[in-house]
Amino acid sequence: MLSIVALKWSAMDSKVTANFRIQQDDFMLDSAFSIPATGVTALFGSSGCGKTTLLRAIAGLENTQSGYLKVGDRVWQDDNSFVPPHLRSIGYVFQESSLFEHMNVKRNLEYGLKRVAPVDQKVSLDRVIELLGLGGLLLRKPESLSGGERQRVAIARALAVSPSLLLMDEPLAALDHSRKQEVLPYIESLHKELEIPVIYVSHSLEEVAQLADHLILMEHGKVVDSGDIHDMFTRLDLPLAHELDASAIINATVTGFDELYHLMFLQFAGGTITVAGQNLNKGDAVRLRLVARDVSLTLEHQSSTSILNIFPVTVDEILQTGPAQLIVRLMAGGVPMLSKITRKSASELNLEPGKKVFAQVKSVALLS
Amino acid sequence: MLNESDLLALGITLKLALLTTCILLLIGTPLAWWLSKSRWKYKFLLEAIIALPLVLPPTVLGFYLLLLLGPNGPLGGLMIAMGGRPLAFTFTGLVIGSVVYSMPFVIQPLQNAFSAIGSRPLEVAATLRASPLDRFFTIAIPLARPGFLTAAVLGFAHTVGEFGVVLMIGGNIPGETQVLSIAIYDHVEGLEYAHAHWLSGGLLLMSFLLLIAVYAFNRRSKVVSNGF
Repeated sequence: MLSIVALKWSAMDSKVTANFRIQQDDFMLDSAFSIPATGVTALFGSSGCGKTTLLRAIAGLENTQSGYLKVGDRVWQDDNSFVPPHLRSIGYVFQESSLFEHMNVKRNLEYGLKRVAPVDQKVSLDRVIELLGLGGLLLRKPESLSGGERQRVAIARALAVSPSLLLMDEPLAALDHSRKQEVLPYIESLHKELEIPVIYVSHSLEEVAQLADHLILMEHGKVVDSGDIHDMFTRLDLPLAHELDASAIINATVTGFDELYHLMFLQFAGGTITVAGQNLNKGDAVRLRLVARDVSLTLEHQSSTSILNIFPVTVDEILQTGPAQLIVRLMAGGVPMLSKITRKSASELNLEPGKKVFAQVKSVALLS
Repeated sequence: MLNESDLLALGITLKLALLTTCILLLIGTPLAWWLSKSRWKYKFLLEAIIALPLVLPPTVLGFYLLLLLGPNGPLGGLMIAMGGRPLAFTFTGLVIGSVVYSMPFVIQPLQNAFSAIGSRPLEVAATLRASPLDRFFTIAIPLARPGFLTAAVLGFAHTVGEFGVVLMIGGNIPGETQVLSIAIYDHVEGLEYAHAHWLSGGLLLMSFLLLIAVYAFNRRSKVVSNGF
């Protein structure tokens, strides 16, 4: 059997570079970004900000006046050339699953696969079927599938063409909460199992926090900025740090368990975080979300407190967000995090960039 | 029962209707596809021209076709210049007339079917490496299948039923241009009501069965396509 895990894509160490100008009725998309062609890149912004249009432009489905797009070492669009969508090595998952109603699940999956040259078939159909749990559905017709099943088939169909770039346009948006929870683990695992770079459109910060490694932030048809997810979530000059539930994302590894108190120890670059539960295995990679409201600061390491998670941090940047409120960006072993405190507290602690303090984290959300 | 000339008329009618339907599906499919996709500003003019036979009295259409196909008409004249004979009062002339006359009955269902597919399935196919022609044959045509059935049946049945155009450009030549509807007219003129009954009843039954088949099929595929 073909080993997918060991497979390295040519685009792995390269970039996706794009610059589009698209005029639509009363809307102007003007976006330029460059992201590493690895992992999951979230294209995030409010509804109607042009995320889908940008994604369609990357696929070649949008009629663009002028644009530049380079994926890996291939230029898909510039002033003189335009590679039509069917010649681009992409997979595209639409918001609605858009299965071919006149074909059963198996033929839907094979449609793209059959059109890819055998040398370029890097992902086997069996593997895709297994990854998305479609074994029992192959002979079913699309109209007999549930919403979640349909979307899983659509994702598998897009993967079966062994794309060098997978584009997903809010693949969960049309699903209700429980269907979302059904499909989300598949998307997470596909990102871990197949090293295909993904651009994932979403307006849900939760999904982004859970899935993305990089973030392209969009507002009113423009790319505000793009970069590493940990950085983008905590940069005080970007809107995400000013959301009500602004938070930091932390990647950690399970290192041990406290059997007596039913706890897990998660190690990250800035220290160890203790969380309740034992449902993971040693060595598992996890992603945590620390909400800025739940992070408080002290000058000394408090020992007589109910808070379990205390670690040393350095104040990186301070920004006043209201008459009484401040937001502080902290660094814990190179990992950025946020704390929302009052101006009064900041003044009493005499906070300033470079000062070493302790962060007390009241609650931690396990994202994966 | 049917006499020899009735059978002859039946054969000519079926041949004419089959040939007309095939020609219309061949030229109508790309034309309907283009009409459903094009954003050309003056597309409505072409649509109006194609729809004309729906409202025009067949005799008017037949009259102009007669002028076109006759020895002094542009098309008939061309045939004579090329060493042939004018197309008026020939089977070929009838086929040309029928194609024009039944055109909207084939084009419109096809155009509606293609429009109903929308652009999404074709975009999906494009992202799955299918070229435009590939998408047309593997996605557009199969999804437009109910439209094809409606188009074929309406085109066929409408050609079987034509009278005015045939009379104008084909005349009433047994074995060449005499079709069923004209044979019926002849029988009634000759007060041979029994013959007229056989032919009329047969046509009525055939038309009814064809339409039942179309509606039953389209009902089934509508249930299917609404199932999501």
